[in-house]
Amino acid sequence: MAGGAATQVIRTGHGTRFLIYTFLAIFCLYYLLPLYVMLTNSLKPLSEIQAGGMMALPSDWTWAPWASAWSTAQIGVQPTGLSPYFLNSILMVVPAVALSTVLGALNGYVLTKWRFRFDTLVFGLLLFGCFIPFQMVLIPMARILGLMGLAGTVPGLVFVHLVYGIGFSTLYFRNYYAQFPTELVRAAMIDGAGFFRIFWRIMLPSSGPIAVVCIIWQFTNIWNDFLFGASFADFDSQPMTVALNNLVSSSTGVKEYNVHFAGAIMAALPTLLVYVVAGRYFVRGLMAGSVKG
Amino acid sequence: MAFLDIKNVTKSYGSVKVLHETDISIEEGEFLVLVGPSGCGKSTLLNMIAGLEEVTSGEIAIRGARMNEVRPSQRNIAMVFQSYALYPNMNVAQNMSFGLEMHGMPKPEREKAVAQVADLLQISPLLDRKPGQLSGGQRQRVAMGRALVRDPDVFLFDEPLSNLDAKLRVDMRTEIKKLHHKLGTTIVYVTHDQIEAMTLSTRIAVMYGGYVQQLGTPGEIYDKPANMFVAGFMGSPSMNLFPAKVAVENGAPLAQFALADGGAGKLPFAGNGMAAHDGREVVLGIRPEAITDADGADRKSHAIHTVEAQVEVTEPAGSDTFVVAQFGDTEVTGRFRADVDVKVGARFPFAVNMEKAVAFDPETEERIG
Repeated sequence: MAGGAATQVIRTGHGTRFLIYTFLAIFCLYYLLPLYVMLTNSLKPLSEIQAGGMMALPSDWTWAPWASAWSTAQIGVQPTGLSPYFLNSILMVVPAVALSTVLGALNGYVLTKWRFRFDTLVFGLLLFGCFIPFQMVLIPMARILGLMGLAGTVPGLVFVHLVYGIGFSTLYFRNYYAQFPTELVRAAMIDGAGFFRIFWRIMLPSSGPIAVVCIIWQFTNIWNDFLFGASFADFDSQPMTVALNNLVSSSTGVKEYNVHFAGAIMAALPTLLVYVVAGRYFVRGLMAGSVKG
Repeated sequence: MAFLDIKNVTKSYGSVKVLHETDISIEEGEFLVLVGPSGCGKSTLLNMIAGLEEVTSGEIAIRGARMNEVRPSQRNIAMVFQSYALYPNMNVAQNMSFGLEMHGMPKPEREKAVAQVADLLQISPLLDRKPGQLSGGQRQRVAMGRALVRDPDVFLFDEPLSNLDAKLRVDMRTEIKKLHHKLGTTIVYVTHDQIEAMTLSTRIAVMYGGYVQQLGTPGEIYDKPANMFVAGFMGSPSMNLFPAKVAVENGAPLAQFALADGGAGKLPFAGNGMAAHDGREVVLGIRPEAITDADGADRKSHAIHTVEAQVEVTEPAGSDTFVVAQFGDTEVTGRFRADVDVKVGARFPFAVNMEKAVAFDPETEERIG
């Protein structure tokens, strides 16, 4: 990007500048307020919350609600804390994201560089798959999972998310590879590389930006999914989102708000982390190919 | 048997025939240039030799072995692409050795081969750079290096110079020619630039509309074009083509044509070949350098004849001056030395070298003499 002064399209005076920044600061605070409430309340004993000091900083700082949410809180019927469900989510997300990204890349490669009759139709159908509402497939999917013997298991969830993810990842990679010069593939063919060799050695290593976009997108969607998790998982294969719901909405005993807040933050942390680590590639990847440079 | 044989080859996409029956034989060490305007089928023919496109009918053979069903990697060819097609994720050395690796050559031998070719092309300092860090000319060298290192039977070049700026293009052209002399490799080279075709080739195939219009040495193509398309396409400025009528006077054939002032120009043909066409309407083809002033005319020619005509435009181009007049209601351009005193609007005796003149049939556009 060019120097600061050159990019400024509209010249503004100090007064206007002050107003704009005040406005932005207010909005910033407004958006950060929930996070503040969650953080502070997750770090105070329950008695302080019940005393009515929602907005106050903890007077007695404690990690106890976090520890409880992680390992001892009552989830459904068992006092296991969220940790086993966190693990379930990881076991579900990692293979689902990895597989859907690689398969999407493979699809994109075939649809752009090994074109066949009706390839645009195939692509259209895959795209169509992206826009089918989740609720519509619940019953047929349950039937298929049952037939495959994957009902109520983590691999079953991986399968469901994989099927849903391929549409989007194919869309990303197809559009990215459409810009990729076909002469490169031809050169590799003359050099003696086969279908998969070209994919692994030439296409994939050049797909960094779009892979990041795809991974962030899939990770966020799959991690945050509630419906499939609630529909297709058993007690021991539930993902984090469902467990969090069970923690928060349990109808017995005292509502431990501090534990709930700690659990909610835990459930949100991985996606936050992915954004922080890979976020700068996200915008770059989305913009890739749109501007020459 | 020729080294590379293209026998009766055609290419169709559905019902559209983009390349009609084509026969070309190339001997080992030849430099064949396929030249023609875009859409003439030259790249299609090259891709078929490479195996990137299927042959609809006919046969392509290298060293006597039929190649139609052989995969590109097994044909022992190497190709240099218009966009260079360097793998962006690999450095120069990896780019060059990729093909060797795919063919199972052990690493020490690969490194030796790459070092050798890099030395030849003077790209040794670039070996660990990525293609993105190279200039256009350097990329071009690397692309050639990648082809050379394979030591193939046939090199295929697909408009390799068209992405370079004018000066670099001339330099690389010389370099390719030197390389061909040095290594004696067999090359098939596609271009739309007729100057590239003339300077590089040992033989040229001029293509148009899916047909090979003429196959011959640069000299044959230039001096004896098979038809009006070849005459107009090759050479810059292109050959002057104007209507004339053959007449026989005192037993010698000559071409008659109208001049702008109402008079008639008469140019006797060299030799008696055209006498058989007495009275026939023809299109006369004369290169600009064969129309000049009396002092600048070719002294070795025995058929310099003058035509007085009015000068319409002069275009000084530094080394030459192009002079335009009207022969047979058509503008013709003569190439004069720069210092000749020619005045626009004045009558000037144009000296025409009829040894270099050719005549075409206006109907079939084929050369008749």
